Amino acid sequence: MTAPLDVPESARESAPAAEAAGMDRKAIQGRSLGQIAWMRLKRDKVAMAGLGVIVFLIVVAVFAPLVVKWFGHPPLEFHRDMIDQETQVPKDAWGGMSWEYLFGVDPLWGRDIFSRVVYGARISLLVAFLSTLLSVTIGTVLGITAGFFGGWVDTVISRAMDVFLAFPLLVFAIALAGVVPNDAFGLSGDGLRVTLLIFIIGFFSWPYIGRIVRGQTLSLREREFVDAARSLGARRPYIIFREILPNLVAPILIYSTLLIPSNILFEAALSFLGVGVRPPTPTWGGMLSDAARIYTVPHYAIFPGLAIFLTVLAFNLFGDGLRDALDPRGNR
Amino acid sequence: MRRKPVWAMTAVSAALAMGLAACGGTSSTPSGESGSSGQPAAGAKNAFNAALTGVFNPSTKKGGTLKLANSGDWDSLDPADTYYNYSWNFIRLYGRSLTFFPGKPGVEGAKPVPDLAAELGKPSDDLKTWTYTLRDGLKYEDGSPILAKDVAYAVARAYDKVTFPNGPTYLNEMLDWPKDYQGPYKSKGADYSSAVEATDDKTVVFHLKEPYSGFDNIVQMSPTIPVPEAKDTGAKYKEHVVSSGPYMFEKNEIGKGFTLVRNPHWSEAIDPNRPALPDRYEVSTNVNADDMDNRILSGDLHVALEGSGVGTAALSKVLTDPALKERADNVTQQRLWYTSINPTVKPFDKLDCRVAVQYAMDKTAYVAAYGGPTGGEIATNLVPPTIPGFKKIDLYPSPEGKGDVAKAKEALTKCGQPNGFATSVSYRAERPKEKAVAEALKESLARVGITVEIKPYAQKDYFSSFAGKPSFVVKENLGLVVNGWGSDWPDGYGFLQQITDSRVIRDGGGSSNTSVRIPEVDKLLDQARLEQDVTKREALYAQIDEKVMQESVILPGIWAKALLVRGQGLTNVLVSDGQQMYDYVALGVQ
Repeated sequence: MTAPLDVPESARESAPAAEAAGMDRKAIQGRSLGQIAWMRLKRDKVAMAGLGVIVFLIVVAVFAPLVVKWFGHPPLEFHRDMIDQETQVPKDAWGGMSWEYLFGVDPLWGRDIFSRVVYGARISLLVAFLSTLLSVTIGTVLGITAGFFGGWVDTVISRAMDVFLAFPLLVFAIALAGVVPNDAFGLSGDGLRVTLLIFIIGFFSWPYIGRIVRGQTLSLREREFVDAARSLGARRPYIIFREILPNLVAPILIYSTLLIPSNILFEAALSFLGVGVRPPTPTWGGMLSDAARIYTVPHYAIFPGLAIFLTVLAFNLFGDGLRDALDPRGNR
Repeated sequence: MRRKPVWAMTAVSAALAMGLAACGGTSSTPSGESGSSGQPAAGAKNAFNAALTGVFNPSTKKGGTLKLANSGDWDSLDPADTYYNYSWNFIRLYGRSLTFFPGKPGVEGAKPVPDLAAELGKPSDDLKTWTYTLRDGLKYEDGSPILAKDVAYAVARAYDKVTFPNGPTYLNEMLDWPKDYQGPYKSKGADYSSAVEATDDKTVVFHLKEPYSGFDNIVQMSPTIPVPEAKDTGAKYKEHVVSSGPYMFEKNEIGKGFTLVRNPHWSEAIDPNRPALPDRYEVSTNVNADDMDNRILSGDLHVALEGSGVGTAALSKVLTDPALKERADNVTQQRLWYTSINPTVKPFDKLDCRVAVQYAMDKTAYVAAYGGPTGGEIATNLVPPTIPGFKKIDLYPSPEGKGDVAKAKEALTKCGQPNGFATSVSYRAERPKEKAVAEALKESLARVGITVEIKPYAQKDYFSSFAGKPSFVVKENLGLVVNGWGSDWPDGYGFLQQITDSRVIRDGGGSSNTSVRIPEVDKLLDQARLEQDVTKREALYAQIDEKVMQESVILPGIWAKALLVRGQGLTNVLVSDGQQMYDYVALGVQ
């Protein structure tokens, strides 16, 4: 597939004109491939629902302070009057759920779970997006390099990917998070922890995307339109950026949307193990980890768990829909 | 109760550690429980705290199987290599040391009585030589006689901390060992009679470097349990410990559990201390803690071995169900959970800034962090109530312990920080309760404008590389260090010395004392070590306690308690100050 802009004549041949055949004839002329994909996506209700949830989550995360101001209490504020001092669990039924505390309060300190889930979305989404961006960048650059140049460059990069894929990532992440001091790289506190998470997750998941990009590049490199460009005297940078990269946008986009949920899960796992962001900053994984010890108050685990579940599901559904839209050959 | 960490022991310097900390006994110990009613002693009726003041369901009926479980595993079953309180409690079923904490409720259970020895130790005039004479007719499980040289050998092998890294090191530090001695495995055939010797088959003599009047407490610990040299297999001895007590190992699968059966060569004639009621002990290890709690509540299991109380989940169940609550005992432990306030970190170099923390902290949140009133009571000073000579010192009172914001602000103004300041608090990452303390500190101190950054560190190196290392503390701005301390036996010196003596602080780290550097306290500790009179000695402990509180370098949090649940069908249940949990030697089953 090709990107909407600067589509080489040779590539256009591969555009699925047949796909648009059923459409209104007049409209066909004015439609780029991007528009076609978007139309296809719009018809996929499940994917659009996923997109809706994602947009909603992003809006909530960005405007967390406002959301919490209107619907909750500050995420770090103690409400010990809500807690039974004998047993340290919420006094009221259903974990203290009410219009005042939408998701109830957490045991021990009586913090508003709603606010903590909302603020947790910030960390989860930030880490997931930025780490995905990092791994996609590294993966694309190295994947194209390996696929395009081949030879020993390919050998070195491919072996490096194998090494990274064989890496016991979780163990390494725990160790690294443990040894990094409180102030490093000019950062401290939550900023440093978030950066560290982004780096660890992003830096170790690039080979997944790198392999796909390499494979695609290998096959694109041998295609006629590339040969044509080469025989017309195009230089390598031109071929890479104008001929090959536009054709890689679709797979990269698809795998990014599928990488994001796995990164959310990884961040949650790290927070669950206590090597993520430090308390009392709320994270979904951290809340689950606290909740696991107090199974007599199930609502405490349900809301952060539900948040992780919904986010991951939304990204996966959207990613699937996007793949179907961009690459109809892979359609079920 | 948690094990006292090894690092604390290695920090014990020979001269300082022990002193004249006689334990014991004479003084009027307040019997710990504040709110919890003096239940009438002895009775089969279930009642909350029934095993604290008397014997619950007393019985002399023999037979039955006692089922126990452990959420972890022993550090080792070898008497030379174990340092858990519950293990020292349990080991007395298959091993007899020279002295014994008797199975009596309350303070009586913390006064050593002779066990393997016929009577308590006879000290020389200078208190540096202690002589013990063994009882007649003592036998191992194979019928061979227990000789004095076996006790001396057991002490010598316990010296080898490479083979036995876990055990206590009191005897290593106190006795006059030959230079370069490394234990009987590495220093084969070396003569260790300068430290401990058997002068005949029935007499063991200990030679101390420094006088010490409380030696009967030391030989109560597991390393004096006799080990026949011919049967010793070094590090593998834990797989089959040769029993000198009423029970012996039937089978032992390390990591899964073991069973004990009666030792045919043991009889009440040679052991007046142990009722030995059950026929069998079945112990499983590495059992999920929540599962264990549930099995005790349902009656499937008798005892949770660690004696550290039920978990968070079971706690709320027990407290809200009257039928379960009356099977519970809320045991006061000789343990203080506290927070060090480091005067090396600015602005805590100023007394008033430290005092501000004392007033700003909401101690009820400290209690909550440890599970509520059943997890502990608000501590106003260091020494816990069950330690002889306890004196309540409340220099920074506040209504209901919730803190006094006005006074805290006043103190802040006095120290030149009227708007508060920023500092950090460290805690052990693996401990959720300490995390809760850190969160509580942040919340409480924010009330007066002190902003606290929370910094978790690995438990393993908490004192050796992080919070216990003076340079690290300054570098990371750790004004507050979440901390805790428990005593190995009930005595003010044993409790205070490691956490208040400035001489245990080393640049390399490793000490749990991170904040107390008061020359006067050092002097008082030396004085207490040489003081022979118990009452005067205990007055000195109170003086040390008060001095530390005046300097405000420790924020006492709570005196720990644990909520234990009696398994169904248990008889003869009691909690002594010596064990601070159910006495496993006394227990029987219906």
